[in-house]
This record gives sequence, structure tokens and C-alpha cells, in this order.
Amino acid sequence: MKLESKIPEGPLAEKWTKHKFNMKLVNPANKRKYEVIVVGTGLAGASAAASLGEMGYNVKAFCFQDSPRRAHSIAAQGGINAAKNYQNDGDSIQRLFYDTIKGGDYRAREGNVYRLAEVSVNIIDQCVAQGVPFAREYGGLLANRSFGGAQVSRTFYARGQTGQQLLLGAYSALNRQIANGKVKMYNRTEMLDLVVVDGKARGIITRDLITGKIESHSAHAVLLCTGGYGNVFYLSTNAKGSNVTAAWRAYKKGALFANPCFTQIHPTCIPVSGDHQSKLTLMSESLRNDGRVWVPKKAMPGLKSKDAVNLHEAERDYFLERKYPSFGNLVPRDVASRNAKQVCDEGRGVGSGLAVFLDFTDAIKRDGEDVIRAKYGNLFDMYHQITGENPYKGPMMIYPAVHYTMGGLWVDYNLMTTVPGLYALGEANFSDHGANRLGASALMQGLADGYFVIPYTIGDYLATIGWNDKVGTDHPAFKEAIEAVQQRVNKLISIKGNKTVDEFHRQLGLTMWDYCGMARSEEGLKKAKKIIQDLRAEFWTNVNVLGGTSELNQELEKAGRVADFLELGELMVDDALNRTESCGGHFREESQTPEGEAMRKDDDYAYVSAWQYTGDNQAAALHKEDLKFENVKLTQRSYK
Amino acid sequence: MKITLKVWRQKDSKSKGEFKTYEHSHVSPDMSFLEMLDVLNTELIKKKEEPISFDHDCREGICGMCSLYINGHPHGPLQTTTCQLHMRSFSDGETITIEPWRAKAFPVIKDLVVDRSAFDRIQQAGGYVNVNTGGVPDGNAIPIPKMIADEAFDAATCIGCGACVAACKNASAMLFVGAKVSQFALLPQGKVEAKQRVEKMVAQMDAEGFGACTNTYACEAECPKGIKITNIARMNREYLGAMLTSYKVEVGGGE
Repeated sequence: MKLESKIPEGPLAEKWTKHKFNMKLVNPANKRKYEVIVVGTGLAGASAAASLGEMGYNVKAFCFQDSPRRAHSIAAQGGINAAKNYQNDGDSIQRLFYDTIKGGDYRAREGNVYRLAEVSVNIIDQCVAQGVPFAREYGGLLANRSFGGAQVSRTFYARGQTGQQLLLGAYSALNRQIANGKVKMYNRTEMLDLVVVDGKARGIITRDLITGKIESHSAHAVLLCTGGYGNVFYLSTNAKGSNVTAAWRAYKKGALFANPCFTQIHPTCIPVSGDHQSKLTLMSESLRNDGRVWVPKKAMPGLKSKDAVNLHEAERDYFLERKYPSFGNLVPRDVASRNAKQVCDEGRGVGSGLAVFLDFTDAIKRDGEDVIRAKYGNLFDMYHQITGENPYKGPMMIYPAVHYTMGGLWVDYNLMTTVPGLYALGEANFSDHGANRLGASALMQGLADGYFVIPYTIGDYLATIGWNDKVGTDHPAFKEAIEAVQQRVNKLISIKGNKTVDEFHRQLGLTMWDYCGMARSEEGLKKAKKIIQDLRAEFWTNVNVLGGTSELNQELEKAGRVADFLELGELMVDDALNRTESCGGHFREESQTPEGEAMRKDDDYAYVSAWQYTGDNQAAALHKEDLKFENVKLTQRSYK
Repeated sequence: MKITLKVWRQKDSKSKGEFKTYEHSHVSPDMSFLEMLDVLNTELIKKKEEPISFDHDCREGICGMCSLYINGHPHGPLQTTTCQLHMRSFSDGETITIEPWRAKAFPVIKDLVVDRSAFDRIQQAGGYVNVNTGGVPDGNAIPIPKMIADEAFDAATCIGCGACVAACKNASAMLFVGAKVSQFALLPQGKVEAKQRVEKMVAQMDAEGFGACTNTYACEAECPKGIKITNIARMNREYLGAMLTSYKVEVGGGE
């Protein structure tokens, strides 16, 4: 299979403009003859469904939550980047492009990233027009801040809940189209399969989560806006329901999965408090602006915050400041995370052993408690509420957690997967963040894809196939797919084994975290592969799902998702095994500099790994899309 | 910790529900309330008993999916979401009663899960600004005074969980609708259609079967996001003004 990225020819800055002109259009009267399915209603899905509805297409949108507003985009705290240069501090589309491609450690496409930077400015205008209450200055204009180590202030924000405000904006646009009858919304409905006929995506199979009814829906095109797969690690900052099932079903129907092992680990999360832990909570990394990260020089198992206060300076190791004198505590996410893991692996972790201190004592001494409260009050309160410890009185404890997945379904410049008519938007695709995503860029990408890319690119496909190129749900392929989904559901419920779904999920998560998390080695990955295979085999003979299929059954929902995670996990391990370089968010132990820092191998690995499904329990086939860099020079990152 | 739970169990919307009592002896003060239920569910599954259904998703207090009426309070004793409530807020040996949201407009689906789609329909009735994607002015074209933007933001922090309805003896949705109306009524972008919006949203709210407001302030006291009762006053003002000066508006009914 030849992977064609379809990046338009010509200078970087003209590619998208030229492409928009060259694409075919669907005339307004014909748009109403087309049907489009949108799965997922986060930033990418809601913005796409609303925009396509406005244009006149007939849209069916699906979400598994009880309302589209609950999609996990809602939880994003920090902000959204846009190259507006409102601050007159030297920002530009070119600079946002450069920062994003460099931040991604040169594993993303230049063309895609440039377009993302280009449309970023439109996103802010759109959101303001919808009534999104962004932070403002006293003069009434929009406020910005610098975020995630960027040298310019280009991040727009709405206190600590930018994600919710942007999603409510997209949701309101979606509501308007629902009211207009252009979008039919299916809440509490989960996609369980993709239907492909004559090589084109023709529809999906869904399960109504309240009645258990399995149904088919046909359309001219299917958009997967189903988010990332961080929950393969069981513990992550994702919502409990976030899952890979839609993307995984698409993979098994022929869509290639790209860079599955590229996951982002966020350094400042609240540590695990016990076996009961169900998810991890992120705290804004802005905390590292004033907090100092340390562990004791000698192992002191079980060290608590209240006792740490009395530990003499000479007994502390401020390891980030020691190893990276010029960046100190502000090293990028991956470096901060990896070093925290390293000191804990050495036995110097505090609390449960899997935590490091983030200490504000010096900042409080310097600026006073009031200044620190004004800056971080809500985060300190959140920490207090969750841990029961007062961070004004002793250092916080933090530990890295899985936060975002850069990998996802392979898409071309038009956001189309390798299955014609099947698109992937937002975190569900792999396209823009390379091996590491910059802060405040996830919201930007979700909305760019939904508001400003897909409305153009889908027209080109639809105009090419024509409105009469559609397969109805009476086609045998739909009947077969319904049958297969029903069988799988029946199978899950009939096993009646001895272990709960969560037990399998937790075991998978631990394996992924230990061997395919922040640091990986060939030996560990091979071990993980075997564990996952055994776990998967055991799952299908020993899982216990109670209740029926024709009712609300949350265990059944979970079981289906975990079954898919058990397959995805192995593909992630395969991908990590193949990529013997360290890059972006992931560190390969065999590939490091003499100082122990990550070492990229551009000559061997400047490509996208795209995996093709070949059959259950068979090795997936690897296809490579070579990355061409014509506008940036590849450099090794250094934060010493 | 050891606790006794009295949990509302109901097979589906048509069946009659009842309280069932569970002794839970594996509770740690560091668990969130939902994690406590996770552990109980695991124990139930091990005993081949059907686990308790409850809504939840982000577990960080923002998606608004978790609910639960705990010991007579929506989201329990603290002014937070249930997912952000921890067992250290309860004492060893305590009996905790858990019910679903109780409101005619929020029918029970199963156990502790209710149908809140009425909130979606109220927003579909008019909770938006009529702008299409593209062709909008520059984000800085219309300055908005910081105080106004902040007040709109305060209203916009509503997470749509429905605690206000659950807290109200009349099962009124005025705080929710008031917050949505306020956000748009305050911002210049929303002013253009302010009259029709408030009329349509209020009409839809009534059609869904929510009760009236009798100013008990229970909603404000229980709202996990601290939405202020002044939003209801603003909505009433907007509504009155609209009714006096606007034209007839038709809306569809709820189910």
C-alpha cells in the first residue's frame, strides 16, 4: 500500500489556499441530498456536525454520553493557541508552525502543521462570535498568556476551563442545527462497527445504551471524532468513558493506525492514592513556574509532606535544577516526567514511592502567600480537596500521568483515512502533533479540523462520488455487520467468568505503563507483548459481565471497550518495538546520548508508522510515510 | 472505614424502585465517592449480583455527568460534584442514603441514572447565537468590558448537572436556564436575539415539566459551580421585557 499524504505542491504558505481553490464543490441544492455521520461530539465532532449542518448537509451525530456537552474536550484547562499576535510580541503563523513542528520533535507533516497555524486565527473569531466568554483585559480586548514554555503570549483562555467554554460554544452551534432539523442527535448511543462496501465507508452500526438496540445507519461519509486512547493505560487524565472502540473498529475494517505508541505523559498530576484509584487528575503545569521539584538525596520511603518541611536543604535533590541549569523546573513535559520516574525508580520517591515534591516554600517566602494564592488558588484548593493536604503548609506531591495520544488513525491532508469516505478529526487522528503535543494545541486542532478543514475537504470527496453513490441499510453488508456486533455482545455476556472487566483493564494498564510508557526497552516491550496476549486470551474466557443485553448495562459497555484496548495495547507495543529511537514524548533506553538524554535517529526514523490490520492474532503490516522537511532544519533538543 | 449504604435500585423506567442496603467495609478516606461505589460494584459482581448503575465520566468536576442525591443533598454534603467528594467527608460507621435526581422532567432510566435530555432541548430552543462558521468579525472587533465578560463567564461556568433541579422542592430549572440566558444576554454577541431567546427557552422549560421558582435559594446553595441566584432575577427581567415588547413565539413541547 502506498500512503499518499496528498500535501499540495507549492510554497508552504500557499498550499492550503491553493488546495481550497482546486477542490471540487457541492452546489447548495445538492448538499441536501448527502448524508454525513459524525461520531463523537467533542470539539472536533460538534464543530464539524454544526458546520456541515449549516452548509446544508444532513448530519447524524452520535455520542455515548447523555449529552453532547459532556465530551471530554470539556475538561481541558489551560487554553487555546492562535497566531493572532494581539500582543505585538513577534508571533506569526510561521512561528506557531515552527514551534509546533519543533515541539513535535520533527515527526509531523509540515503541510498539515502550517495549515493548523493558519486557521488558528479564525477559530478565536468564531468562538467570540458564538459568545464564548474568553478572558479580557480592562480595555475590553482579549487577554493572552504564555503557555507551555512558548516565548510568545498566544494562548487564549477562559479561566481554568477553556475546554468547557469552547465546547459549549460548539455545542450551541450544534444545538442550533438540531433545532433547524439539519442534525439528528443520538445521545447515549455508541458506535460498535464501521460498514465498508466496495471499498468505501458507507455507515456504522450502533448500540442504544438504554435499550440495547443494535441499529444501522448509512451515509455518504463517516467522520470519526472520537478522541484519544489514553485509557489503554487504565489510569489517565481521560474521562472514564473515553475509548478507542470506534477508531479500532475502523482499523479492523481497513483504516491504517498511525504512530500508536506516541503518547503524552503529563508531569504534574496528583499521585495515585491506592488500589481504588479510578482516574488521575491533572494540575496545570503553570505550577512549575513557581514550584521547585525535589526528592530526598537518600531514599526515605514513605516521606510525607509535613515531615519534608523539616528536611535540611543539604538533604534535598532539586534534580531538574541540578541536571538542567538553564531551564530548571521548566523543562518540557517529557523531560520533567522522565526524570520524575527515574528518581522514583531509584527508590527516592516520596509518599507511596511514586511521587515527587513540588515545593512552593521559596515562592511563598519571596512573594507572600497572597500572591501565590492569586496565581494558583484554584489549583491549591483542588489539590487540598482531592488529597486532604494543605499545599500552603507543605509541598505538594505530583507524579506523571498519561494525558494525550498523538497517535491515531492515519489521515491524508484532507483528513481522510485509508478507507475512502472515512475521516478522522481531532485527537482521533495522528496528523499534527508529531511525537509530542505542545500545551494549548489540542483545542486548536480539534476546532481547526471541525470548523475550517473538513467543511472544505469533504465537499471534494462528495462531489467526486456523487449523491447517488450510496448504499442503504438494507444492503447485506449492514445485515452482516449487525449480526457480528450482536454476536460479540452476546459472547461478552455469556462468558460469566471470575474476573471483572476492571480487573483486566487495570492489569493491562499497569503493563502498558511499566513497559510502554515513558521509557521503553526491547526487553520490556517483548515481555509486555506476551503479557497482553495472555491477558487477552484470558479475557475472552474468564470475564464476568452480569445483566442483560437489552437494557442499560454499564459493565457490558466497559467490556466491549476493554476488549478493544487489549488489542490496541499489543499494536502500541509493536510500534514501540519498531521505533528504536527516542523522540518526543517517548524514550527508548537503547537510544540515548552519553549524558542519558533522548537521542533521535532522523536518518532511520523520520517517517510515520502506519499499521494495517491483517487478521486477529496476526502481526499487523507496517507501512511507512516518509516525512519531508523543506522548511525547517532538524535539530536535537537541548535544555541543559 | 465501614459504612452502610442505602441505595435506590430500579430496574428500568417502568419498574418500581426500592432502597437496598449494603454493608461496605472496604472504604478508605482517600477514595472519591464514585470510587467507593466502584469498589462496592466489584464486590457485587464477585457475588454475582448486578452492579449499581450511576452516571459519571470526567471525574474531575467539569463534565456534569455525575449526579447522586446523597443524604438529602445533590452531590452530597459539600458544594462540589459527586466525583470530587471524598469519603473523608463522612465518618466511620455512617449510614449514607443515595438516590437519583428526583424530578418529573428527569425520569429515572435505571438505578441512579436519570434522563436529563430536557436540558438539551431547552438549549436547542434558543441557547445559541445565530452565526454560521466563517464570515465573523475579528475577535477584537467588539470590546467587551471586563466586568461584563467576567459576569458572563460566571454564568457560563454552569456544568448542566441538574443539581439545581434536584435541590428544588418544585424541581424548578430556573437557575440552569437563568445562567444560560444571562451568559448571552450580557454579551454583545447575544444581545441581538436576546428577546426571542429568553421567550423560547422559558417556554421550552415550562413544556418540559419543570416547576416554578419560589425563591428558596436551595439551588444556589447546592450548585457545585456557585451559580448565583441573580441569574434568575436577570432572566425574569429579560423575560418580562421581552413579553412586553416582543412578538409571539411558538415552540415544540417536550416528551
